Amino acid sequence: MLTSLICALLMATPSNILFTNGTVIPVTGPDIEDGHIYVENGRIMSVGPAADFAAPSNTQYQIVDLEGGMVMPGLICTHSHIGGWGGGDRSSPMQPETRILDAIDVQDPGFRRAVAGGLTTLNIMPGSGHLCSGQTVYVKLRNANTIDGRLIRLPDAQIAGGLKMANGTNPQNGPPFPGTRGKSAALVRQRLIEAQEYANQIKRAGDDMDKLPPRDLALETLAEALDGTRVIHHHTHRHDDIMTVLRLAEEFNFRLVLHHVSDGWKVAEEIAEADVPCSIIVIDSPGGKQEAIDIDFKTGKVLTEAGVSIAYHTDDWITDSRYFLRSPALGMRAGLDRETALRSVTINAAEMLDLGDRIGSLEVGKDADLVWLSGDPFSNFTKIRGTWVEGDRVFDIKESEDLLFAQGGWGAGNAERPYMCCEEHVHGGGQ
Amino acid sequence: MMSTVLLAAQIMAATSSSTIVYADVVHPVSSPPIKNGCIVIRDGHIVKVGTAADIKPTGQEKVIRCAVATPGLVDARGTVGLTGQYNIPHDQDMLERSKPIQPELRAIDAFNPRERLVEWVRQFGTTTVHTGHAPGELVSGRTMICKTYGDTINEVVIVPDAMIACTLGESGLKSQDKSPGNRSKSMAMLRQRLIEAQEYARKHAAVTDSDDKDEPEDFPKRNLQLEALASALNGDMPLLIHAHRTHDIMNALRLAKEFDIKIVIDGGSEAYRVMDEIKEAGVPVIVHPQLIRMYGEMENASFTTAAKLADAGIPIAMQTGYESYVPKVRVLVFEAAQAAAHGLGRERALRACTLDSARLLGVDDRVGSLEPGKDADIALWDGDPFEWTTHCVGVIVDGKQVSTVVR
Repeated sequence: MLTSLICALLMATPSNILFTNGTVIPVTGPDIEDGHIYVENGRIMSVGPAADFAAPSNTQYQIVDLEGGMVMPGLICTHSHIGGWGGGDRSSPMQPETRILDAIDVQDPGFRRAVAGGLTTLNIMPGSGHLCSGQTVYVKLRNANTIDGRLIRLPDAQIAGGLKMANGTNPQNGPPFPGTRGKSAALVRQRLIEAQEYANQIKRAGDDMDKLPPRDLALETLAEALDGTRVIHHHTHRHDDIMTVLRLAEEFNFRLVLHHVSDGWKVAEEIAEADVPCSIIVIDSPGGKQEAIDIDFKTGKVLTEAGVSIAYHTDDWITDSRYFLRSPALGMRAGLDRETALRSVTINAAEMLDLGDRIGSLEVGKDADLVWLSGDPFSNFTKIRGTWVEGDRVFDIKESEDLLFAQGGWGAGNAERPYMCCEEHVHGGGQ
Repeated sequence: MMSTVLLAAQIMAATSSSTIVYADVVHPVSSPPIKNGCIVIRDGHIVKVGTAADIKPTGQEKVIRCAVATPGLVDARGTVGLTGQYNIPHDQDMLERSKPIQPELRAIDAFNPRERLVEWVRQFGTTTVHTGHAPGELVSGRTMICKTYGDTINEVVIVPDAMIACTLGESGLKSQDKSPGNRSKSMAMLRQRLIEAQEYARKHAAVTDSDDKDEPEDFPKRNLQLEALASALNGDMPLLIHAHRTHDIMNALRLAKEFDIKIVIDGGSEAYRVMDEIKEAGVPVIVHPQLIRMYGEMENASFTTAAKLADAGIPIAMQTGYESYVPKVRVLVFEAAQAAAHGLGRERALRACTLDSARLLGVDDRVGSLEPGKDADIALWDGDPFEWTTHCVGVIVDGKQVSTVVR
């Protein structure tokens, strides 16, 4: 009788859900043992101790029994390459006019693996082989067959996303690419000055259509970065390259997230002084290229202690989204505190995407993006049991097809070689 | 009785190189875990493993304490030391691209014991590595087995010529008009060369067995390549065959049968589909790193393969494999941890990166477990080695504490 009732409820109101019988990790507040979360129409309606849940009248809802596990905000990856190649081609080092959203295969199995890892929001980026490789896109991993079904719309209906830039050795190449660090910075400065002039022309034109410059997609995009509406996500490894980015940010006053920051621990005070957040990559061993030989698990701790807001990222395919929580856990191994580790894959990441008011914590009014874990988020033995985006279940470990993507196996991978950020200019080869 | 204890104490006192490791839990691996355990080390070897209450220290020994002690980990297949952190030509000796078949390339001629990545893996508890030429050519060269601490190859090496590294499947193929361009050609080239090695060995044996063997002109002209392959044919050096897809694994098994040679499967992404065949052939599998990227010939890889093979009774071991980009080396304890969490369980996972690995490599008389008589290679931990937030707090190789870094 009870079972059939629950089934009926399930079919009637799929998006109204009560999560109960587990620990709630809101991230922005203390953990709630024996907590509850109540979701209606994809939004969080209440969060608190189980005893405080007041059943709404006249509304049916589904109950998700957390079976003593934990629930936390859906994980947010600030730097991912799932969905294929895209962004600029090899014709020039700066191509801000290109959009990664025009290149994403939304049916790539990588997305199924990502939700199996508890990820609900990604910043999908073009690569680092350009000084500016194009516009990034922030996506929700909703059940959808098209990229449009996964876009995040801003209040003004614009598509949410940033701009990818890079320095160091990756964008250095034969002409028309720069050959040195000095040339790299000069090219970027020159182009940003053009964008400043373009923006000024528009401003000066006012209502006079005749004085408007012809529309230029590249300069338009750079102008968005300069006026702060589009955050620059900047690939950078070595300490001197990090300082170069900070120098340019100061000169042109653009909003910035530093990505990878292998040497970030060497210039933590300077990054803190500039008040720039950092999104960190964790790799099992140092090197792979010269500018990453001093990469260290301690980066998260050192930056946090300096007062920098940190996130971790998968850089998927560089690291596997199903093991995203391993990155902050390895940060903890080197001394990072647990609270920051939790924030680093949720609210801090959301804020780096200007989405902190919508996602990244379990608070009333926020999107119901959540992940159900069998135990502590940072234990190797914890399993992700379910993932929800805006109240819709996008991963269920009890479904055999979902389990396939969680574990790998026949049909869970990609036949094609993927894009691997930064790989293009290194020696090596082989498999 | 009294005098025996006294004598023993005197002997221990007289030996300045004694060390006692006390651990809340000692995992000998060859026997059940010991609570409040200890390991007594003398002259680089383990002399006793038991509970702390079992021994009577003289006070002269060096004492080391930790929460958990395990055997030093044994990486069943990697390329560390031939591959270095900078990833530029001068520190990348794991793949020679000039020809597809080069079994004459020895790992001992390329291994750099002072490479920082060797230190890196050591600091995470790995004390023995089976390293050498990488997958990526049909026959890329030979492998060796060595310790992870020492200044020269002579100091570290255990087995100078361990196996011959072969690659079947996509990663061993060439593009455009170069051979091998497909699987059939790979097999044909490998079979042809093995047949030549058979002939070479036959001629060699014929001369050796004949009465006039003192006539050097009767020996076939020395050929390093055929000599190496002849060592595979007579069982001295198994072929370590990198194979991921089902048909590549079956090709490897067919080759082993045709030439009656010992092989080891390296990788085995799809091994779970042909477990009966692998088991019947009696072939062990060094399972791919858990976090290989699941594309191309590895597209069907699974986190659960190690557990499935072990459940089927197929000998397995854990490896760090080869990466052309990042991470240049993987960390063995992480790989075992991930297998542990995907069905292998802690006990079998620990064995798969210690004793099972040492057995597969044929060096279990020296390493792989904490037993009297074995090399004193020990990894020290401050908790469960298979949790991300546990640290390796020390490493002992041949009785010497070679790392105190907390990793």
